This record gives sequence, structure tokens and C-alpha cells, in this order.
Amino acid sequence: MDGKKISKADIDAIMERYPRHPQYLISLLQDVQAAFNYISPDNLNLVCDYVGVPVTQAWSIATFYKSFSLEPKGEHEIKVCLGTTCHLKGGENLVEACERHLQVERGQTTGDRRFTLETVKCVGACSEAPVIMIDKEYLGQATLLGVKQHLKKL
Amino acid sequence: MKKIKDVAELEGLRQSLHAAHDPQQPVARVCLGPGCLALGAEKVSQAFKSALKKSKANFKVQPLIKTTGCQGLCSQGTLVNLSPADLLYVRVKPEDVPEIVETSLVKGQVLERLLYSENGTKYKSAAEIPFYRAQQKVILKNVGVIDPLDINDAIRCGAYQSLAKALMDLSPAEVIKTVELSGLRGRGGGGFPTAYKWRRAVENARQNPGPVYLIANGEEGDPGAFMDRAIMEGDPHAVIEGMLIGGYALGAHQGFLYVRHEYPIAIHHLSVAVQQARALGLLGKNILGSGFAFDLQLNRGAGAYVCGEETAIIASLEGRVGEPVMRPPYPVEQGLWGRPTVINNVETWANVPHIIRMGAEGYANLGVPPSTGTKIFSLVGKVKNSGLVEVPMGISLGTLVEEIGGGVPGQKGFKAVQTGGPSGGIVPYEFKDVTAEAAEKKTLSVDFDSMAKTGSTMGGGGMIVMDEHDCVVDLARYFLRFLEEESCGKCLPCRLGLKGMLEFLNQFAKGQGTPQDLDALESLGQAVADGSLCGLGKRAPNPVLTSIRYFRDEYLAHIVDHKCPAGVCKDLISFRIDPKICDGCGLCAKHCPEACISGKKKKLFTINEAACIRCGVCRDVCPLDAVRVV
Repeated sequence: MDGKKISKADIDAIMERYPRHPQYLISLLQDVQAAFNYISPDNLNLVCDYVGVPVTQAWSIATFYKSFSLEPKGEHEIKVCLGTTCHLKGGENLVEACERHLQVERGQTTGDRRFTLETVKCVGACSEAPVIMIDKEYLGQATLLGVKQHLKKL
Repeated sequence: MKKIKDVAELEGLRQSLHAAHDPQQPVARVCLGPGCLALGAEKVSQAFKSALKKSKANFKVQPLIKTTGCQGLCSQGTLVNLSPADLLYVRVKPEDVPEIVETSLVKGQVLERLLYSENGTKYKSAAEIPFYRAQQKVILKNVGVIDPLDINDAIRCGAYQSLAKALMDLSPAEVIKTVELSGLRGRGGGGFPTAYKWRRAVENARQNPGPVYLIANGEEGDPGAFMDRAIMEGDPHAVIEGMLIGGYALGAHQGFLYVRHEYPIAIHHLSVAVQQARALGLLGKNILGSGFAFDLQLNRGAGAYVCGEETAIIASLEGRVGEPVMRPPYPVEQGLWGRPTVINNVETWANVPHIIRMGAEGYANLGVPPSTGTKIFSLVGKVKNSGLVEVPMGISLGTLVEEIGGGVPGQKGFKAVQTGGPSGGIVPYEFKDVTAEAAEKKTLSVDFDSMAKTGSTMGGGGMIVMDEHDCVVDLARYFLRFLEEESCGKCLPCRLGLKGMLEFLNQFAKGQGTPQDLDALESLGQAVADGSLCGLGKRAPNPVLTSIRYFRDEYLAHIVDHKCPAGVCKDLISFRIDPKICDGCGLCAKHCPEACISGKKKKLFTINEAACIRCGVCRDVCPLDAVRVV
């Protein structure tokens, strides 16, 4: 996370939540992702040593599952839902509008590291389609106008 | 919390909770389901709390503000249900709350303007609203009623009673027999008989002694589906109780809740519920004094659609990449760490306590054998009352969409429904290929087998209604793109076949290709279905194959006439404002993201076609339907 120093103690505290067993590899990586917003190569190595798996295995997991990121994400995450209903109700147009507004493509982070634009496959709020999640907040029946206003407040 | 030692203590707790509950106490239940949350329901519940604090009224009984899981009628959110009158207020905004408190909670009067109305009728009781009236709530009975973060509220409403009954009155074999006679089939979409799976696991464990594991599949990855989310968020104890009963029947002592990481609230509610159940001794050793031990571990999915497949879940739980493996051996033979493992969908587990409560026969009376019981659907898309519904199996598609769903909004016609998510199909409303009786009524019975006959599947319960403005080619392309991205890449037919199919559809969407390509696409789809390793690839061609089967003309319109009849495929359309209809309200210009619509108020507006990106916003906002696709 920007502006927050990551210390060795933090990562140790996370690892101690789990027994040393390969079955906890994914849970551990999830906690690291949640705490630091990404998985740094150093942390990946520490986790591998802790649960006792080769780095290649952790690497394959970190690249296979979509919730992991190997690069730092922006301060705020904008997730545009592209579930079926959101697709039918113009979710794709909304992503494109966000791309134009933020001048990044989906999956990318703005130059000032303020925002990361992502798409997500259904957040389960289909009756309010199209839906955008900004950090932990849901925006239903989203329009570019509404998103712009919301981003200004952040 | 004090541990509950035996069944008598559980019953004692329930009765004391019941006695402490005053049925006349005013309760405002604020829905915090997925739909209402997206509309700002949290602010409504906070507004209630602060309005109540500020209120100077003298209450005989202090009103209670409860936050609940999904109450169903998502399109009318935020929903607030007031008991004891069973008043449902819809579209509640935080600024309405002080008035609700003063009028309804203090004076007990009805606030007419917030009532649900349909065809001119205002409904003063939630149960009378057509959306609810035609439903039959069994699994969702407590969802939207109880506070999911309070185990006492769940126990008061009957949670863990079936567990007590199973532990005291039934042998493990009798539990399995009951589930078998009830006819319960997997609610994740496969429709596989649950008891058969259970029995196989027991047999395998007998031959090869050691632990048996249970898994609840909460990786609800199908877009357009939120049934499991609603259960996990609204009544997490139902899932825990179902797994406890399953654990007892199967001789298992460890279960896993595998929940999609996009559902942070479900994860939170389940983890609180597990902690509270553990604190009361409902999870752990010697449960209710029976000597039976069972515990649950909560695992978050890491973002992979394929992890809804059972062998992929096992791989993920073991800390590996979620790649499916060949079956057999099935998980009931060799599952988690090589041990017999029963994987059931969240909704399936949540059915189990009700089967024990109602008895096999009582449960089997619901639905149409061999599809018994009820099914939860998320009814969304182009339908007036979208939301979460529970209906007996075998209900007609017409009842579901027109009566409960209230039909398609506006003047547009009901074209098709998409069921079963990316592995399901697109079936037209004017249905012909099913049973004679149903065909006569031109309507389709919604149960496992009738749906399968259409080439679609019932799937997990996502039901997306499409109208004439939705293009089947575009939707089939959307699903293929989804699956092509989510394919784990292990087997060739799925990895390359889906890419090849997508190329065809990309061409069609641009108005390219030949009618022969359509046949080639069909045979490629068949090859992918035949050759893929797991369910993802086997069923991936379904949306394409069913849509070609029922909507060949629409495909041909793209390929031969270079037109998209629904007006969706961007390369084939342009927008124009009909000068005869436009009254110059200017809404289109206001909403145009490219600012390429110009005109003066009360005069004709025009679209600059060169700058138009065909996003369709103008057409959506026009109150007069003056924007034409040409």
C-alpha cells in the first residue's frame, strides 16, 4: 500500500495465522494480497518457505487465480461488473466510458496510482445492473456521470 | 455464550427466546441484500437507528431495527418490512426514514406513498403482492426475516431443530434414506441425486477406512446468479446445519465452506455464524451430547470460474492451481487428499434441514417428480420485478416471468430466457420442442428434465430475461468470451476450440462470414462438447448451439443481410432520431457520453454519426422511443 511501510513483522504476523502446511498456501497469499494490495516477490518467497512449497507452485497460483496481483494496485479499485445482466444493460459501454475517462485500459492503474480499473464477472447485484464497485461500495444502475461524481468525492 | 449440552437445552433456549419475543413489538427489517446494498440500504438502516434515537415518542414496546438478508424484490429496493403488520415499503431512501418512524412506528399508520403498487392497486401486506403470492418459500423462509449475524434469532426461528431430530431420532442410514426418498437433486445445476453421492461415499469409506470430507460449493461463478449468495448472507445457519446433518449421516468430522472471493459479505456472515455455532457447541466435539463431532473451515475462492467444478475445488483446497482432473475416480471415491469427499452446492446443503423437518414425503410433495422440492432463481434482465424468487419445481416459465416477474417493462416483447449461465442455453419464450401438453400452452415447465430437453440446463438458477433489444449473437459471443477467458487451458478442445468458435462469432457480429460458417461453428461446438475434460468445456458450446437452434434467422440476418435486428452489434447499426416523434426534450443530448447530439430545446435533436460511438445511451433514455436503429 502506498505510504505505508511494509515491515518483516507484518508478513510474519500474517503467516503465523496458519499452520505450516501447503494447503494454506492460497489462504496465505490472499491475506498478503489483502494486506499489501499486491504480492511482492520477497513476500512470495517468504510464504513459500513458510508452507514448504517450491516457488514455481506459488507463482503458478498467483498467476492462475484472478484475485492475486503481482504489481501494486491503485489507491482505489474500480470494478465494473460484466455479468450477463450488466452486459445486456450496457456494462461494456460503461467500461469503455471509464476507460476514456481515466485514460487507462481495463486491468491498468492510472499514472498517479490513484485508480485501478478492473472488470469483474458478476457481483450478484443483477437487479441493479449495470453495477460498479468502487472499493467496497456498490453503485447500482451506474452511469458514467454517477461514477465521475463518486470519484470526485474520494 | 454458554455451550448447549443437549437437545433439551437447545429446546429450552428456543422456548426462552420465543417467550422473550413480543409479537406486538414493532420491527423494521431493512433489507441488506445484494440489490438493496447497491442502492444504498446501509444508509437507510443507519437513518433508522438515528431517527429512533432522536424520536421523542413514548413507545410501549421499544421498536427493533433489524438488518436482514435479501427480501427478494430487488428492483424495488431499498426494501423495509414492518411487522407485525407485514407492511412492505419500497424504494425507501434515507430521507424517508424519519417519516416512517413517526407515522408507522409511532402512530401505527400506513405511509401510502411508499407502498408497492401494481396496476393501480396499492398493497398493504407484503404477502399479497403478486411477486410474493405466487412463490413458495421453503429454503428462503428465514432469509430476509432473521438477522444473519445473530444465532439466537436463527434458533428462535427453528434453526438446528432438524439437527437435533437427526441426532436423536434417526440413524445415519435413516438420514440418507430420508434424503433419498425426498428425491433431492443437486441444486448447482447438475441435478444429480444427492443421496446417491452420499451412499457411494459411505461405501467407499467402509471399504477403505479413514476420514470423509464434506464441501459446500459456494463458488457461484455463473454471471447473473445470486441464489447462493443470498442464502449464505441471509441464513448462513441453514448451510451449517445442512452440513452438520450430512456429516452425521456420512460419518464425516470435517467440512469446508468454499466461497467465492467476490462475495465478501457472504464470507463475513458465514464466518460469524461458524464462530457463534462453535461458541454454542453446535460445532465441535460431542454436539448436543450425542458424541458426534464436526467442524467447519471457511475457504475463500481466489477468483477462478473453473473452481465451481468439483475436482477443481479439491485442487484449490489442497493449495494447488484449480485445474480439473479426469473423473473417475469421482470425489466420492478419491477426493480431498485421496479420501471420499462429498461436494454439494450451498443450496443443496440448505435443503437438507428442511427435508428432515418435513419428512421425505412432505418434501417430495413439492415439485414434479423426479424434480422435487423448490428451486431458487435469480430472475433478472429485462423483467419488471427482478429479484430472488423461490418456486416449486415444474412451475411454468410463463408464471415465473409474467406473474412473478411482472413481464417485460415497456412496449418491448419478451424474446427469450437465458438459463444455466455460460453452460446453459438461450431458449425462446414461444417454445415448441417440449412435451405436448406444455407445447400446447406454448410454455415451458421449469424443472431439471424439461429444461434439459430444450438443450439448455436449469443450472444453478440464474434466469435472465431477454427482450427484443437483446441480440442472441451478441449474448452467445459474450458467454464464449467469458469461457474462453476462464478456461484453465489444460485440455486442447476447450482451450483452442473455444477460441475458434469465438472467431466465428466475432465475424458474425461484424456482418461477415457465410451461412456455411454457421454449420462449421455447429460442428466445432459439438467437437468441443464431446472432447473436453470437464463440465466447463463440455457445456461451453451450449449457449451457441441452442441459440443457433432457435434463432438461426437472427444469425442469418447478421451474415447475409449484414443487419443486427436487435440493434446491438455495433458494426451493423447506426442511430437516428425520428423527426416525427422527437419533441426536443434534450434528454439524449444530456446523456450522450460523446456529446455528439445537438439541437435546441423543443426542437429536433440530431446525432452526428461520424462522432457517434453507438453506445445506445440515447435510445435507452428517450421517453418517446424516438431513437431508431438503422
